[in-house]
Amino acid sequence: MAFLSENAQKHLANRHRKSRLFALLCAIVTWSSVFLLGVLLVRITLDGIGWLNWNFLTSFPSRFPAQAGIKSALAGTLWLIVMIAFISIPVGVSAALYLEEFSKRGRLDTLIEVNIANLSGVPSIVYGILGLAIFVRFFGLERSLISGALTMSLLIVPVIIIASREAIKTVPMSIRYAALSLGATRWQTTWSHVLPSAFPGIMTGVILALSRAIGETAPLILIGAASYVAFLPKGPMDSFTALPIQIYGWASRPQAEFSELAAAGILVLLAVLLLMNATAIFIRNKTEKRLK
Amino acid sequence: MSDFTPNTGLSFSIHKGVTRWGETAIKFWLGSCTALSLFTTAAIVVLLLVESFDFFMAVSPIDFFFGTRWVPLLKPSSYGVLPLLWGTMQITIGAALIAIPLGLASAIYLSEYASNQVRAWIKPILELLAGIPTVVYGYFALTFVTPMLRHVVPDIQVFNALSAAIVVGIMILPTIATLSDNALRAVPDSLRQAAYAIGATSYEVTTSIVVPAGLSGVMASFLLAISRAIGETMAVTLAAGQTPNLSLGMLGSIETMTAYIVQISIGDTPSGSIAYQTLFAVAALLFFITLMINVISQWILGRFREVYD
Repeated sequence: MAFLSENAQKHLANRHRKSRLFALLCAIVTWSSVFLLGVLLVRITLDGIGWLNWNFLTSFPSRFPAQAGIKSALAGTLWLIVMIAFISIPVGVSAALYLEEFSKRGRLDTLIEVNIANLSGVPSIVYGILGLAIFVRFFGLERSLISGALTMSLLIVPVIIIASREAIKTVPMSIRYAALSLGATRWQTTWSHVLPSAFPGIMTGVILALSRAIGETAPLILIGAASYVAFLPKGPMDSFTALPIQIYGWASRPQAEFSELAAAGILVLLAVLLLMNATAIFIRNKTEKRLK
Repeated sequence: MSDFTPNTGLSFSIHKGVTRWGETAIKFWLGSCTALSLFTTAAIVVLLLVESFDFFMAVSPIDFFFGTRWVPLLKPSSYGVLPLLWGTMQITIGAALIAIPLGLASAIYLSEYASNQVRAWIKPILELLAGIPTVVYGYFALTFVTPMLRHVVPDIQVFNALSAAIVVGIMILPTIATLSDNALRAVPDSLRQAAYAIGATSYEVTTSIVVPAGLSGVMASFLLAISRAIGETMAVTLAAGQTPNLSLGMLGSIETMTAYIVQISIGDTPSGSIAYQTLFAVAALLFFITLMINVISQWILGRFREVYD
């Protein structure tokens, strides 16, 4: 067994020990992040579960914690989801289709691509300021749902464009050739062949982008969503509050009861997000099967 | 954004001579949607520059960029942005110190050590962590991290930079882990096998082959995460306080640029006043800092990408 000198054997053993230690360390770090997510969820659940009941869902906010609820915040968030979806999906998907199917890849298109990548990195609060100046002030839309929805749409359209382009890129060229060879125009090809094939991927990206919009707080604070709203919005021009705003309002109060209310609000917000993500997965699975 | 798919290469000469108005109209609509992104950028830049210009007519840029006192609301007012900038830097540096080593270690575990099954579980969980709204992290900092820190450092304040930095670090960790993981997995296996073949241990393969080969993607993920930390708003507004100062202590209340913007927009500052215009000056600074970092990150991706076949 004397292939190696004693020193060399020691050296080799050390190298292997170091390697095993490193692997262990990396594993511990990764599992700690998972554990941390667990702690976060358990902690919030423990704080908030006691307040989570029917009353909480169907009451307006109040200065008495026992009577406070998230009716107006939940309604505001649902309004926002629908409005943002109607504004941002057509615009985002259209832009993605243009860039993938119609663009001639000239200098202007390159500029647009770089620009979209940069837009997706702009802090959300800057979009809030933009919304405040353009929609609230310049167009005179006031601190309304429509201002909030337009601002949020500006924020997530770049995200939708990027995700949709990835989905459209995965559509095989043969599908396009087949349509074009039968005399379809470029738009006919896009509409009847490319879009349906890319649909599951686009949908997943869109829903992830929407769930980002639902959790965003800063832009809504900037455009002036109030944290105390004791009525339900009846139309896009009404003032409103939303779940993250209500959570922020409660969390920033020193009393323990309000902090627990914030936890209960977070549970509802996370439930909404979970529901949206589950829908995304459901749609993806369903349409993927149909296409095959 | 340097990977362009090739053009379809199809020519449409067959349709020439026939004007299809529907097709043209649709193309125009799609093009307009795309152009909207340019308008958004233009609107942001013009708005921030114009409003900041008004501000800099009243306050000298030297006082703004080099002043050490930020007292915009009380008399005598002073508009030195350094305390806010320093607040943002404390959070960002603290978060980066946590997220960069831990994120990279997670990425290495995911790409080099974890089985496909484990990976299929952990990656979605990390993405879930990344998808949690930032206001939730703020709540977590305030009600969990700060009380925990109090066991270690009894005289820590309710609002402190440390707990905010910790949660922002947790927040950006998944970004680093998932993006770096993608970069490391793009390193071809032949490189690893070559190293193993000459007797390297997995530690040596990882640190001297895989990470250097994927370094452009790893660095880009760091920068992207840092730019997110700089722009992070709700967690720092809730947990770090609203006391702009230049002190080094992480245990006391500070104020970041983003938290200041929230503070002003919640308060009833009359529009048109100098205090209101500070909103745009601070936002412009924030915008250009994050833009610079994002541009550098894209440049690194494009310039230093190692391409293997």
